[in-house]
Amino acid sequence: MTTETAPGKDIDVHELERVTIRFAGDSGDGMQLTGTQFTRTAAVFGNDISTLPDFPAEIRAPAGSLPGVSGFQISFSSTDIHTPGDEPDVLVAMNPAALRTNIGDLPAGGALIVNQDAFTANNLKKAGYESNPLADGSLKPFNVFEIPISALNSRALEGLGMTAKQVDLTKNFFALGLMFWLYERSMEPTLRWVDEKFSAKPAIAEGNKRALRAGYAFGETTEMFHTTYRVAPARLAPGTYRNITGNEATALGFVAAARLAGRDLVYGSYPITPATDILHQLSTYKNFGVKTFQAEDEIAAIGSAIGASYGGHLGLTASSGPGIALKSEALNLAVMVELPLVVVDVQRAGPSTGMPTKNEQADLLMAMFGRNSDSPVPIVAPATPAECFDYAIEAWRLALKYMTPVVYLSDAFLATGSEPWSLPSVADLPQIGVENHTDRGTFQPYARHPQTLARPWAVPGTPGLEHRVGGLEKADITGNVSYDPDNHHRMQTLRAEKVAGIANDIPELEVFGPPRGELLVLGWGSTYGAIRSAVERLQSEGSSVAHAHLRHLNPFPRNTESVLRSYRRVLVPEVNMGQLSMLLRARYLIDVAGFNRVRGKPFRISEIRQAAEVFLGGNGHNPNG
Amino acid sequence: MADRTAPPSTGNDQGHDHAATDAPLSAENARVIALSRKDFVSDQEVRWCPGCGDYSILAQTQKTMPDFGVPRENIVFISGIGCSGRLPYYMNTYGFHTIHGRAPTLATGLKVARPELMVWVITGDGDALSIGGNHVLHSMRRNVDIKLVMFNNRIYGLTKGQASPTSELGKRTKSSPAGTVDFPVQPLSFALAAEASFVARSVDTHTEHLQETLNRAGFHRGSAFVEVLQNCNIFNDGAFRDFTERDVREDRMLILEHGKPMIFGKDRDKGIRLNGLHPEVVQLGNGVAESELLVHDESAEDPYLAYMLSRMWWPQFPVPVGVLRRIQRPTHDQLMQAQVDDAVTRHGPGDLAQLLVSGETWVVD
Repeated sequence: MTTETAPGKDIDVHELERVTIRFAGDSGDGMQLTGTQFTRTAAVFGNDISTLPDFPAEIRAPAGSLPGVSGFQISFSSTDIHTPGDEPDVLVAMNPAALRTNIGDLPAGGALIVNQDAFTANNLKKAGYESNPLADGSLKPFNVFEIPISALNSRALEGLGMTAKQVDLTKNFFALGLMFWLYERSMEPTLRWVDEKFSAKPAIAEGNKRALRAGYAFGETTEMFHTTYRVAPARLAPGTYRNITGNEATALGFVAAARLAGRDLVYGSYPITPATDILHQLSTYKNFGVKTFQAEDEIAAIGSAIGASYGGHLGLTASSGPGIALKSEALNLAVMVELPLVVVDVQRAGPSTGMPTKNEQADLLMAMFGRNSDSPVPIVAPATPAECFDYAIEAWRLALKYMTPVVYLSDAFLATGSEPWSLPSVADLPQIGVENHTDRGTFQPYARHPQTLARPWAVPGTPGLEHRVGGLEKADITGNVSYDPDNHHRMQTLRAEKVAGIANDIPELEVFGPPRGELLVLGWGSTYGAIRSAVERLQSEGSSVAHAHLRHLNPFPRNTESVLRSYRRVLVPEVNMGQLSMLLRARYLIDVAGFNRVRGKPFRISEIRQAAEVFLGGNGHNPNG
Repeated sequence: MADRTAPPSTGNDQGHDHAATDAPLSAENARVIALSRKDFVSDQEVRWCPGCGDYSILAQTQKTMPDFGVPRENIVFISGIGCSGRLPYYMNTYGFHTIHGRAPTLATGLKVARPELMVWVITGDGDALSIGGNHVLHSMRRNVDIKLVMFNNRIYGLTKGQASPTSELGKRTKSSPAGTVDFPVQPLSFALAAEASFVARSVDTHTEHLQETLNRAGFHRGSAFVEVLQNCNIFNDGAFRDFTERDVREDRMLILEHGKPMIFGKDRDKGIRLNGLHPEVVQLGNGVAESELLVHDESAEDPYLAYMLSRMWWPQFPVPVGVLRRIQRPTHDQLMQAQVDDAVTRHGPGDLAQLLVSGETWVVD
């Protein structure tokens, strides 16, 4: 920690390795925007970052109510980080409801900045407080900064002719300005953003800029703060970076896949949280030949994608759990007709409508088995927001090479969370794709490639290859309708072997840590960051523990069993009730231990660590206990 | 049969079906390609019940295919589930037998990807109006350039005889031994409400009329809905017999012809006149002149006349067959392609490397 004195007043500057801030307020208070602006600023400054937006499903729940609280957590660091942080160092609470729903996560000694003006009798009542926490001593464990944000902000915006409501909507920027001062951040990126965003409304732009500057100036002049904090840029690998969410990376990955495959992308989709942003984004890429079709329902969405793939394009659809359930019959049609297709499931908490904006990774078994009969499909699952780009391409590589639908499992945390992405060079992207079959002399609709077992892709418009496909069982080779018993057995076997054979075409499972030892922590999907951080800490304390992360869930990498058998125990943390555990036990007869928490939130590093310690300490009681 | 094989660029005196420049459909092409019915017969054995109306629909479809001048490889037949769903297997074109009710969704995706293909959707009353009702609604209102042919036998045949959405109220079937309690939907009224740009009806046994109707649907650019009254001789035999039999049909059916007064009857002595907002059957002569009769206008911008016709049914009225409505709207695939073309014009063809670095970036040395 270095200390120096800032000009103007007696201020210490502390150097920190990592800071986690949570902005919390009413869903109409602009907390997501506040968090996003802080994130951009930190990213461009060069910190490593990881973010976790946490917002209600209600667009505007009653103002001041507990269900209406919206939060955004950002962790920024001068070192490599994997998660948005277990707990905030600083909580900014814009009203009593935000305080009440978030204070439980703030550790003792943590900084709490509150908008004092929002602690009215009415708001306290809406948040269920019987006494004012600012006055009753209940916040004693924390380092509390009570600031009349609304009043100070209104004063700063006087004379602009804005309505009281318009003024009130800018108070988040006052809070943001204060945080910029506290963490020595430049206001410039946000000021530029305001000018662009409100170029048609100069008065509103001016209001937001004044609010931001007022918050910053308040930090400088008030006697309240005696310290500012500095988090140096991270030593990331050399390269060009941008901050990216999982949904953004997914959409870009699909555009890249289409380019690499030399075919156009057709995206059929029905709006559903948290997948809809993929539709929004892809709809802006028309000059890449991307056609987006907002279908009448989830079934039409996948139906249109299959139709597009039948026509030789890349047919893509995305949804979340409830929508995937609706698509299952059509997905099975794609299995039967063996056409390339990618189905994205941005998982969310269920069952049924569940908690639409909250995280869960509980659709793995649906992706594996949620169709009639034996119906194998490859499944890929990116582990981090930036990795979504790579696995979008990987999903298409497999779909095209093996003529099969592929399920791509993302989740709400990946979709909305963000991290710096080291931009790949287009030349380094994998070559993917397949030629259409055009030779009438050799054409049989269900003849198979000797290695991949893929059938030929013969698209309408190809002379001489007129043929019929459909959901009825096909005769091997000819593709004619067949009810022959032995043929059906053969075709079921072929479909299974085709997908199983992909194991020879994907990377082996890599291990982080000792190649054999006491404990392997095995995860998949968005739990990557929490597991990796927990394992790093345990390793630094000398524990015999390793981390492996599956990106291919069907088939598993071919060395999976040998990796699992190299450790005395295997711990499988999942944000579900034990789905990967069940697959591993069924497949390998290995007694893996699950660690399962379904709270609608990503894992904390600390809970993974505690679960792992149970096995490392040797007093093996059930971590779920 | 005025415009049956007419090239759309020259012979279409009734209006504005096609943009002549981009239509692959033409009699000239048909002459050059010189296909015949047998070119459209696949090598698959046809497996419908003997006596089924589907045989005739298949035959008329195969017969009219050469008229369009579209090479076989550019024609796709997409079906759902039901007896009708087998038709694509018998057409020597590209074919896709999909899942129940969803054929329009695959057809939509295929047209989005490949606007140049001629896409037919083959469906039935259960497939199109029950499980797939939503997709028919949306494919029609979007004006997806598909020709949807719905075989209406007012029964579920493939599952051996349950009531369908077009079964008459009170119909006794295996699933409704005491009679149905479900009021039926009138397919053409539904198609009109769904904004189909082409709506027509024909009958399986009226082979010449059926062939002409399919032909006109094929030449239409946009969402075409064709209802074919089709007899299921096993589970609902004679469903339309009262007005389709040879000896009564002229008196009990109204053959619609664009620009012609609505006259019917063996002796062409009956007509349809408007009385207030209601159609009425009148006897010509005895003071009723032909000039008082409604004149059919399939291209009317508003759908009122077509809707009125869609409600007429025997025995109150003769059952109208022919083209009820045929209007011109930009098609879904045209509009979608235009947006892509426009984006390319305005922003240039997408550059992947540039796309990846869009947004705020920073460099770590």
